[in-house]
Amino acid sequence: MGFFLQLVLSGVMLGSVYSLVALGFVAIYKSSGVINFAQGHLLAAGAFILWIFWGVLGLPLWIGLLLAVLSSAFLGVIIEYSTIRPMTGQPLMAIIVVTIGLAALLDSLMPSVFGGEEKAYPLIFPSGGLRIWQLIISYEYLFSFLTALGMVGIFLYFFHRTKLGLLMRAVADGHDSARSCGIRVGIIFRWTWAIAAVSAMIGGFLLGSIESVSISMTSIGLRVFPVVILGGLQSIMGCIIAGPIVGVLEVLAHGYADPITEGGAGDVMPYVIILLTLIFKPHGIFGEEIIERI
Amino acid sequence: MDVSRPCGVFDTFYSKDIAVVRTKTQWAWLVMGITLSFLIPPFLNIHWLGWVIETSIVIVAVLGLYFVTGLCGQISLGQAGFMAVGAYSTTILMNQLSFSYWLTLPISALITGIVVLIFGIPSLRVKGFYLAMATLSSQFLILWMITHPPFNRWTGGVDGLTTPAPTISGIVFDSYHLWFFIVIIFMWLMIFFAKNIGRTRVGRAFVAIRDSDLAAEVLGINIFGYKLLSFFIAGIYAGIAGSLFAPYITRIAAENFNLEKSIWYLGMLIVGGSGSVVGAILGVVFIRLLLQLTTILGPSIHPIPIVGPLLANYLGGLVFGLVIILFLIFEPRGLNHRWVIFKAWYRLHPFSY
Repeated sequence: MGFFLQLVLSGVMLGSVYSLVALGFVAIYKSSGVINFAQGHLLAAGAFILWIFWGVLGLPLWIGLLLAVLSSAFLGVIIEYSTIRPMTGQPLMAIIVVTIGLAALLDSLMPSVFGGEEKAYPLIFPSGGLRIWQLIISYEYLFSFLTALGMVGIFLYFFHRTKLGLLMRAVADGHDSARSCGIRVGIIFRWTWAIAAVSAMIGGFLLGSIESVSISMTSIGLRVFPVVILGGLQSIMGCIIAGPIVGVLEVLAHGYADPITEGGAGDVMPYVIILLTLIFKPHGIFGEEIIERI
Repeated sequence: MDVSRPCGVFDTFYSKDIAVVRTKTQWAWLVMGITLSFLIPPFLNIHWLGWVIETSIVIVAVLGLYFVTGLCGQISLGQAGFMAVGAYSTTILMNQLSFSYWLTLPISALITGIVVLIFGIPSLRVKGFYLAMATLSSQFLILWMITHPPFNRWTGGVDGLTTPAPTISGIVFDSYHLWFFIVIIFMWLMIFFAKNIGRTRVGRAFVAIRDSDLAAEVLGINIFGYKLLSFFIAGIYAGIAGSLFAPYITRIAAENFNLEKSIWYLGMLIVGGSGSVVGAILGVVFIRLLLQLTTILGPSIHPIPIVGPLLANYLGGLVFGLVIILFLIFEPRGLNHRWVIFKAWYRLHPFSY
């Protein structure tokens, strides 16, 4: 029982980070309909950028974080401007493949710029963890969970209470109606990419402080897909709920199935989730079923 | 698309109107091309011969993708994984059951087709991005099943398997020079089938689904059936490609078929022009030539200060990503479109109207 609860707990905490990263993905999808295959690469890029400021230049964490937020927002804007904007009006398939190309490009660019070996952030957490009853929560996980929770709260506040958030929701509702209200849709797209890059960067920071910073983080970024598919592509609430579900199932598979299958069950679990969701409830828990008209 | 045909060619019979090869010149080119392709081996060293064999195999795999993505409009990110099924079933059938290669090839193609069908089931209810996700998942699941229990008893786990040299009517195909002929024969056959399936009722149904699946349904096309059929054909092609690949590489392992390969195959198809057989072939040859170029240029970039050593190792991936992005932005219809424009220009020259 203790083992099970321990797994569930760490799954929820890991999953909260997935939720945070998926939030950026959903923001892009809602506002512009673009499927971003490079979200995991934005995550890794953000983690590397923070490593440069924090680990290499030795700046204090909060200055490093601030600079990393700014530069990854800038990176998101550059990506939108150089690759997504020229594709306006192209079929969805072409735009998806552009982001796949972007992912392939970043996949090679990042190790060539930052080096292929694993990096580690400076240690800020004491070893061991918080003891509650039989359960041990390591400080890294706790910190990640709280930060992810806080960031999700900030994003929700941003979407619902600020002017820019209101404009974004207007654009997500319909491009033409937003445009007729005097909203410059192109600029909103750029902002959503900046937000997606920032949410990915924070996710990269959290995952990087749990384990290490390396190019293999991009495959952790692929966890965004089960989250958004289970939660429903259009739903922010869906990805907040689905993140911990995916995290828990993954950690449970790691804990219970790995001894039987000689490892790797946790890594493949998210894809099983994708397949099962697609077969039984294709539009996810909170997703809208799109009714098409000719 | 077929704006210009050679001057003075008039179709006086229906059979002429639907012919793929229209003129005597085209026949001459075709026969010459096929003949020349069989005369290649003595002129190439072992490295480039291997390159030609692998390119031909990749052409077969990408032609499978051409049905799903190019004709039917469904993004597939699992072609390399499907190829793995073909390669592994070939090796296992030959190793454990000592089947002859002639029997193994169709059986493993069929097995691959059936496996792909299973992963194509989500296409019953979803399309577009969701289906891309299903194929992505199948890519990971297939590779995981190959390397983990219970299947690793037959597949050798992460270590992989050694494929014996196939024996066909007494000849042991144990060198590149011999295996080349089998590969090239199958490549031409598969090109022939691909070209023709695209023109049949089935191919036209695929195109109708790609252009508008609702309109296709209204026309009475069974969307689910045809989508599954496109996956099945892609699976057959992937199976044959894998089956040809296993004896070529002799030692197959899961890492030969990872996600990166699937993405590369998709990229090749896009760069070539997804809707045409010629495009698929052009794309494969173009990207693989670029890749060769980067491996040749890699060491010479190395001495450049600062950027040189950084870029040298990852040049292939960098160039590939850039090429895909640039092609989709500036020439979404791919190399094939350029080729069509060139042909039109050539035929109309000097009167460009």
